[in-house]
Amino acid sequence: MPDVQTLVNDFVLKLKRRKIEGSQASAKQTAELLRSVVSQQRLPYINQATVLLDAVRAVGEQLIAANPVELAVGNIVRRILHIIREEDLTSTASAMEGLSLSANSDDDDNYEREDHQALSAAAVAAAARSTLRAPSLQTLLEGIPESASAPHPSSSGGDSEGKSKSAERSSRSKKLKHDVIEAINELIQDIETCHEQISEQAVGLIHQNEVILTLGRSRTVKEFLCAANEKKRSFRVFIAEGAPRYLGHVLAKELVAKGLQTTVITDSAVFAMISRVNMVIVGAHAIMANGGVIAPVGINMVALAAQRHAVPFVVVAGSHKLCPLYPHNPEVLLNDFKSPSDLLDFGEFSDCMDFSTSGGSPRLHVVNPAFDFIPSKLVSLFITDTGGHSPSYIYRLIADYYSADDFVVRRRSTTS
Amino acid sequence: MDSRRLPRTVIDPKVRLVGFFTSGDPPPARFNPNTADATAATAAAISSSSQNSDINLTGNSLSPVMIPPLRRMSPRRCDEMQMPIGSYNPSESLLGTSPSRRGINGPDFSEVATSAWLGISGSMKAAASFPGSSGEMMMVGKNGGNALVKNMDTTELAAKTVPGVTEKDGGTLTDMKNEGAGTVRHQKQMTTRAERRAIQEAQRASKAAAMMDEKDGGTRTDIKNEGAGTVRHQKQTTTKAERRAIQEAQRASKAVTMMDGKGGKSIASTGGGAPSISNQEKVLKQSQKKDGPQETGATSEKKVSRNPDKDRKKDIPQPRMQFDDKNRVEKAKRRAVVNQFEARNRVELFRHLPQYEHGPQLPYLESKFFHLDNIHPSVYKVGLKYLSGTITGGNARCQEMLLAFREAIIDYSTPPEKVLVRDLTSKIGSYVSFLIECRPLSVSMGNAIRFLKNRVAKLHHNVSESEAKSRLISDVDRFINEKIIVADQIIVQHAVTKIRDGDVLLIYGYSTVVEMILLHAHEQGKQFRVMVVDSRPKLEGKILLRKLVMKGLSCTYTHINAISYVMHEVKCVFLGASAILSNGTVFSRVGTACIAMVAHAFRVPVLICCEAYKFHERVQLDSICSNELGNPDVISNVPGKEDVNHLANWADHKNLQLLNLFYDATPSDYVSMIVTEHGMVPPTSVPVIVREYGKDQFIF
Repeated sequence: MPDVQTLVNDFVLKLKRRKIEGSQASAKQTAELLRSVVSQQRLPYINQATVLLDAVRAVGEQLIAANPVELAVGNIVRRILHIIREEDLTSTASAMEGLSLSANSDDDDNYEREDHQALSAAAVAAAARSTLRAPSLQTLLEGIPESASAPHPSSSGGDSEGKSKSAERSSRSKKLKHDVIEAINELIQDIETCHEQISEQAVGLIHQNEVILTLGRSRTVKEFLCAANEKKRSFRVFIAEGAPRYLGHVLAKELVAKGLQTTVITDSAVFAMISRVNMVIVGAHAIMANGGVIAPVGINMVALAAQRHAVPFVVVAGSHKLCPLYPHNPEVLLNDFKSPSDLLDFGEFSDCMDFSTSGGSPRLHVVNPAFDFIPSKLVSLFITDTGGHSPSYIYRLIADYYSADDFVVRRRSTTS
Repeated sequence: MDSRRLPRTVIDPKVRLVGFFTSGDPPPARFNPNTADATAATAAAISSSSQNSDINLTGNSLSPVMIPPLRRMSPRRCDEMQMPIGSYNPSESLLGTSPSRRGINGPDFSEVATSAWLGISGSMKAAASFPGSSGEMMMVGKNGGNALVKNMDTTELAAKTVPGVTEKDGGTLTDMKNEGAGTVRHQKQMTTRAERRAIQEAQRASKAAAMMDEKDGGTRTDIKNEGAGTVRHQKQTTTKAERRAIQEAQRASKAVTMMDGKGGKSIASTGGGAPSISNQEKVLKQSQKKDGPQETGATSEKKVSRNPDKDRKKDIPQPRMQFDDKNRVEKAKRRAVVNQFEARNRVELFRHLPQYEHGPQLPYLESKFFHLDNIHPSVYKVGLKYLSGTITGGNARCQEMLLAFREAIIDYSTPPEKVLVRDLTSKIGSYVSFLIECRPLSVSMGNAIRFLKNRVAKLHHNVSESEAKSRLISDVDRFINEKIIVADQIIVQHAVTKIRDGDVLLIYGYSTVVEMILLHAHEQGKQFRVMVVDSRPKLEGKILLRKLVMKGLSCTYTHINAISYVMHEVKCVFLGASAILSNGTVFSRVGTACIAMVAHAFRVPVLICCEAYKFHERVQLDSICSNELGNPDVISNVPGKEDVNHLANWADHKNLQLLNLFYDATPSDYVSMIVTEHGMVPPTSVPVIVREYGKDQFIF
């Protein structure tokens, strides 16, 4: 499908050039792209789910490789893979019900039996997978009624078997695709509305005359604070400006426009001011499976200061930022470097550097990392769109959203 | 007991240095004893670390941490503590105390120790060649006495031989024109134990008394009382005259050592005690004291008798001006030279600090340059520099201020019908309040002002104006030299030992001492990399980075938010300080606390490099109670980034405040070590240094 391929290539290019700012935007765009991939994928009669999974996985691999640091992309790919699996599981379950009915009605149909066997094998595999995946309340609540109540076309077993079967198959294939796309739409909507859901919880967490500190700018934080302000809570916000991008200034402007008491401080004054702060609220770039947080640079310093003064450190993030990976050396491996021109103007120090003597290697390096890693022990609370969670619960939350098979997104090798 | 330990042939430099010294270091500065006069200033700075003489150091200088001994203890405890001294071979115990001589040959401890030892064992030449090393000889005598006490208790024989040696050599010494020898000679006449004890007590008492004389505020009431008590205690054993004589001799010797060669003034203070000392010595003394006026002894005696309660009260640091106190602010405004306008959008949390509009003061002051007669032009100039921010940093500000005061003193003439001491003090006071209006004082400046005022107050009314002025000028010069220049050199010597090849050092902001350390290490050929961490709004790191890169150091530059990223590879953090407070809190450029905190979290040692004159007895727990606020406008505009102008008209929004803090307080548990000219000490030793040396800073 050339048109999908061009879309994918465009998106990969954008990711590579870091044109997409913020995890919410990249998450949403990834979901939209994968939705079109799913909708354009032509499905065969059998093994529809596998084909769909392979297609999504192929695209997902490219996307993740384009910007491995933007974990939201990978998260969304895994979420969609998980959605496909879930939908497949439900349709298989309903098909099995229908099959068992039809098997009871006419035993002599070989094709049906074969199909039955094939499907039962798939069902066994699916069951095995679902046991691998930790049981979750969500699947229990959602899965059972759906399969039970799903009206099945094949339940009307009759004389015109072949005809009805082919119709059933085509309807099933359409149904799977349709369900997946429906679920992806839901996901996109979730990503869009995660701010509202998060900020609904603001009133419960911010009290009158509270002093809140944040660093840099996060849209989630902004919405969170504004929501509390709209509910007639009056509190004071300290904003560390967040070098080297100084987005704290933007946040300050936005909050002041909403009528919040705002004080802008330099990043270096964080430790000085934290002793008068009641709560630290920051946004995150990604939340790792062990409860650690990847956040804009400087936040680890804030977290350490908050720990020193026993100030609650709250991370607000949409569930698309939940990453099922366990980080290893995330400060280096999951970090990104920005341009040195944020710190030093181009050629600013060229006059005092003698390139002839230093043997080719420059004597001056400029480090401008984009992210910090905050270990889970420094985080008091996560506020996601599903509610507040402690860092130790994150792994469990992740099991709801992702299936264990998808942690490594890689195309199946062609030999198998 | 004696035979158990042979006299050492190799003499370790038995230096009482508070704190941490690396083994095998060369002494901070090595001098030939004969050039002692020229290098006296350095010596005073260093050897002030070695003033305690009551306890001999049994440990050697290699031991990593030397606990400063108790200075004043009860007589009984004192005896206990001195047991090991007495049990040593006398020559060794003498050696041990040799560095306790103050001021003269400080840095060259080993040589001095050798010479002292030689002196006792016969050839007294080396010791005699030191001008005014009486303090040392005093201690020699005293410890000889202690040894004697001990030996009398144990073996009669030893007791006889030991004082014999002391006596004989002491005698030679006296003949050989050294004043200090007189004390030794004087002391050998004391034969009974009680008397010896008395001398000891008297010494201690006099020392305490001397402390009382010299300090400005007077915390030492307890000490003084103790001293007085011990003097009283020994009334039965020695006559009053004798006691007085000892005391005076003590004071004299102490003063002499402090005078670093140039002052006949303090030698004169022995005048009261001279008559009771042996004739021979008296002659010597009087011949020496002719070149100095006699007022020091008189003033000191007068001050000793001050009410102790008053002293104690005075020692609590003055509370700072609180700017949320409306009455006081109004009062201050009426007196003020500089017109200040309340800043808009003041930060509520910092109401107690001055928050004025930045900008209008400078042109206003510049326009008034020719109208302010009561402020000396040089002081005025410095004030304007403070205001405009051309001079920053504790050392630079303090130095400039002192130089301005020096100018003012040179141009000073006492108005008719006024006393120099009072008039000059009030003059300096008015200068200081002008400077405070320009910018709040730093701790370093406060200490320097305290020193200067103290020196002015010490002037006797008999002193002629020119004499007084020249003395004050030399005092100022010496303060700058000893407390800043030489102190920095010593700090560099200490800190350089902590840099090794392949290290990655992290520095923050711009500290002159840290810069000197890095450049010195680079000159020594050490291979290391420097992480320069910088923060808005001052971006002082860039200035330092430029200097370091120019010199050929390999540097990495980053901003403070990236500190967690770079801290992984850092081996050691070097930071400067604006002040170190008595609870170990380091008061420094804002951001220092963040750096120290992250370093602590990553288990990276944090070294604070700071001259001891920046130590202060004040305490502080947070960065809010006492701080300084800079111009908030510099926060809103980011230089070099035109697109970051979201806060252009920030003052129009009444809900928006910008806070530009200057300093923050680093808790002491983040600090691994403080490098001062007194050595490398843990932050818990700061109050000790403040107590032990803080008062001495003002004795010259």
